[in-house]
Amino acid sequence: MSAIPTGWEVVIGLETHTQLMTASKIFSGSPARFGAEPNTQASAVDLALPGTLPVLNKGAVECAIKFGLAVGSTIAPRSIFARKNYFYPDLPKGYQISQYELPVVVGGEVAIVAAGAEKIVQLTRAHLEEDAGKSMHEGLDTMGVSGIDLNRAGTPLLEIVTEPCMYSTEEAVAYARALHGIVTWIGICDGNMQEGSFRCDANVSVRRAGESKLGTRCEIKNVNSFRFLERAIDYEIRRQVELIEDGGRVVQETRLYDADRDETRSMRSKEDAMDYRYFPDPDLLPLEISAAWIGEIHAGMPELPQQMRARFVAEFGLSDYDAGWLTSSLGHADYFVAALNALGGEDRRGAAKQVANWMTSDLAAALNRDDVDIAKSAVSAMSLGKLLGRIADGTLSGKMAKTVFAHMWAGEGEADDVIAAHGMKQVNDSGAIEKMVDDVIAANPKSVEEYRAGKEKALNALFGQVMKASNKTANPAQVTDMLKRKLSG
Amino acid sequence: MNYSRASIKSLRDELDAKRVSATELAEYFLDKAERALSLNTYLHVDRGLTLLQAKEADERIARGETGPLTGIPVAHKDIFVTRGWRSTAGSKILADYVSPFDAAVVQKLHEGAGMVCLGKLNCDEFAMGSSNENSAFGPVKNPWNTQKIPGGSSGASAAVIAAGLAPAATGTDTGGSLRQPAAMCGITAIKPTYGSVSRYGMIAFASSLDQGGPMARSAEDCAALLDAMAGFDERDSTSMPAAESIWTGFSKASALHASTGAPLQGVRIGVPREFFAEGLSTDVASAVESAIREFEKLGAVRVDISLPRTRLSIPAYYVIAPAEASSNLSRFDGVRYGHRAKDYRDLTDMIERSRAEGFGAEVKRRIFTGAYVLSHGYYDAYYLQAQRVRRLIGQDFQDAFKSCDFIMGPVAPTTAWDIGAKSSDPVAMYLEDIFTLGVSLAGLPGMSVPCGFGTDNMPVGLQIIGNYFDEGRMLAVAHRYQQVTDWHQRAPEAFP
Repeated sequence: MSAIPTGWEVVIGLETHTQLMTASKIFSGSPARFGAEPNTQASAVDLALPGTLPVLNKGAVECAIKFGLAVGSTIAPRSIFARKNYFYPDLPKGYQISQYELPVVVGGEVAIVAAGAEKIVQLTRAHLEEDAGKSMHEGLDTMGVSGIDLNRAGTPLLEIVTEPCMYSTEEAVAYARALHGIVTWIGICDGNMQEGSFRCDANVSVRRAGESKLGTRCEIKNVNSFRFLERAIDYEIRRQVELIEDGGRVVQETRLYDADRDETRSMRSKEDAMDYRYFPDPDLLPLEISAAWIGEIHAGMPELPQQMRARFVAEFGLSDYDAGWLTSSLGHADYFVAALNALGGEDRRGAAKQVANWMTSDLAAALNRDDVDIAKSAVSAMSLGKLLGRIADGTLSGKMAKTVFAHMWAGEGEADDVIAAHGMKQVNDSGAIEKMVDDVIAANPKSVEEYRAGKEKALNALFGQVMKASNKTANPAQVTDMLKRKLSG
Repeated sequence: MNYSRASIKSLRDELDAKRVSATELAEYFLDKAERALSLNTYLHVDRGLTLLQAKEADERIARGETGPLTGIPVAHKDIFVTRGWRSTAGSKILADYVSPFDAAVVQKLHEGAGMVCLGKLNCDEFAMGSSNENSAFGPVKNPWNTQKIPGGSSGASAAVIAAGLAPAATGTDTGGSLRQPAAMCGITAIKPTYGSVSRYGMIAFASSLDQGGPMARSAEDCAALLDAMAGFDERDSTSMPAAESIWTGFSKASALHASTGAPLQGVRIGVPREFFAEGLSTDVASAVESAIREFEKLGAVRVDISLPRTRLSIPAYYVIAPAEASSNLSRFDGVRYGHRAKDYRDLTDMIERSRAEGFGAEVKRRIFTGAYVLSHGYYDAYYLQAQRVRRLIGQDFQDAFKSCDFIMGPVAPTTAWDIGAKSSDPVAMYLEDIFTLGVSLAGLPGMSVPCGFGTDNMPVGLQIIGNYFDEGRMLAVAHRYQQVTDWHQRAPEAFP
């Protein structure tokens, strides 16, 4: 990541639109699904036909409450839906129903680790609102028309706003990742950035080091991956610093990030900022949330990452680092628990350590190399658990298991399939091992002599010879024992 | 029997006795409307659709599945959306619009009660007006004198009842639009408590004020109609369930002291002194005074009360209603339905031209006003201040109800005026709403009952205001009055 130019400070705040995973839209009964044929998921309410009225989807409110509980916010006992008025073809009512003065979630904190340091990012608020539809120009412009798809119109969003409290691109990206982890962990958002389920707008300003007054900020929109967020903020920092150093002045405006050209472009300035004429929506009653309702949702909340991390340390004796890695996303935690269950066994602590070791090493390396999400891992948690089971029952050595894992990753099936196909069953027959050990001792008198002279390393060479002779299938522990016994005899 | 003057109850008897069919009744009223086109009441009639519903009703009657309203014809204000009939809201911007669904009220009266729809009725554009001159489809004429306005915005709904073109009609009231035309056409109407009739399918003017209600020949007919219209609807978040049905409340209250000479004994009638101040014409004042004396004869007690913020209801209303309207009418942009300008340069131009061409002058005036009072820097001084005044007006009524059961006074300061007389002076027109706006701002039920005639021989209406969800008792009190008076049975000479 690029460093902040010397002598400058950066202040960043993020506004994140998270699409909530409710079955239906926030103010109508239409399904809220992505990717359907245009306008097949839009009802009379979504089309804003005359006479239609909004009815609040309780599910969306529950998502907001869950989020508030997860980040330690205050859940407002009474909040208000307001109308944000502006004309746009993909905004059917000519106003968006949002929350303005009294949002449902107030305050809250998200813990991040950036550049090795822990930090708390303060949230300002989170409010419920409806999404707009989509204008479609591609493929239609030759006909001189634009299309409108209202499938997305009315999809529930929770807009999560931070304080301007992040001072580097790293912090902003770490926050975005942590927030992504939380909303997907508690199951209110699928986190799919490509489909627009998790969209970040970044407010970026720069100031000379030591100044206390905030610089003029620009809002960057249209960032649909963490990598683009990083690049967009970096670009914007450079642009603003260069502008000021060249004697210019930053103008408050909304800028669009263009990933193809890796730059931000002015979309609209504050001068042509619209007056949205917010006022409380008279079609909707104030949203009242009782302590009992919050209690009910609290009781049904999943264990949060920090809680699970602490439990893993206490229950399984895992290192804080491993426990942190395993709880870095719901996908990781789910994988760990499933693999551990598949492995089974009496020694839960031992098993947990083994699963954790494998996940943080071989699995992490493979996921990283192929750039895939753990949820789409080529080796499922169940399969990994079974593979580790084959170490526990002595079928495989640890080393053999790594080879089997590589074959499994390549798509050759379950551990047992690979073992059968490659004849990789570990040899535990002591008679067979004794014969191989005797042969190796007889054939390597020099090494034997060195070992007996006190050179411990010589044992490794002999061990390697035995393993080679066994085509790596001999039980390594037995080979070591046998060698030591024979040589000391 | 003269069906044009018959009560719903007597039409029910005729239908049940098989002396007339729902189809014959529908045809009678359709024919009658066809001969009264000059009143300009109906915006859309479809004989085929009406007769289809009449046939259904006849089948229901034949099967014995008869409710109090089965087979009774009803006409709908064009603010209610209907499948089949166009739904224009009296606006050019929706001139050809047909809704894919029925309004909750339309559905309840048709599917629920078995009523037969006669068609859609003219009204002020988007219900904005007090004279029905703001319709894009021309003014409606008052059956009592066709030089006069019928009142508004539910002008045609009142006119068809007065002219005997329908036994029942629906209307909507945002600041007096049910009560004022009822008064000016000499018929009975009730605006129920805000939230008791679903707004689903009512083309919105001002959401926090809009309320549908019935218009008919008598309080008893209104009770039967409102009973079928009211009820909780999950599609309207501001809808509220009532503790008992309208008809139950009406019947219970009607039975009270029924056999005595003073059936209204114990009923306290509050008469607000602010309703009898300057601006009230003397003939309206004396008709209303006589009506109150009639209630006293029935055993009621008159109590002098004060509604001190009556005058403030005008500015408060004309801030809040336009504010909500400016937002509610934003959906009419020519993009998805409704009028779209033929020529335009780009998207913005298309929206601007479509709206400029589609909306009439009064609608534009209110959109401008509404956008202004909501704008940055003006919001607190206008919109928030008006909301504060609104709360105080509601408090005034609650204070008044501590010493009375009902409030009575005039509906409007004058009788119906000549068409064109006030159309160039919007503020003069707004002042006509002074006695009805407070009730709307407070969300209270209010009704209009015919109580005499002015020196110009035009009808005068008595306003009865009740407390929340007290419609049953209000209608019963009005019914008592109508049992001892015949103002509600008078017919215009031209429409016997």
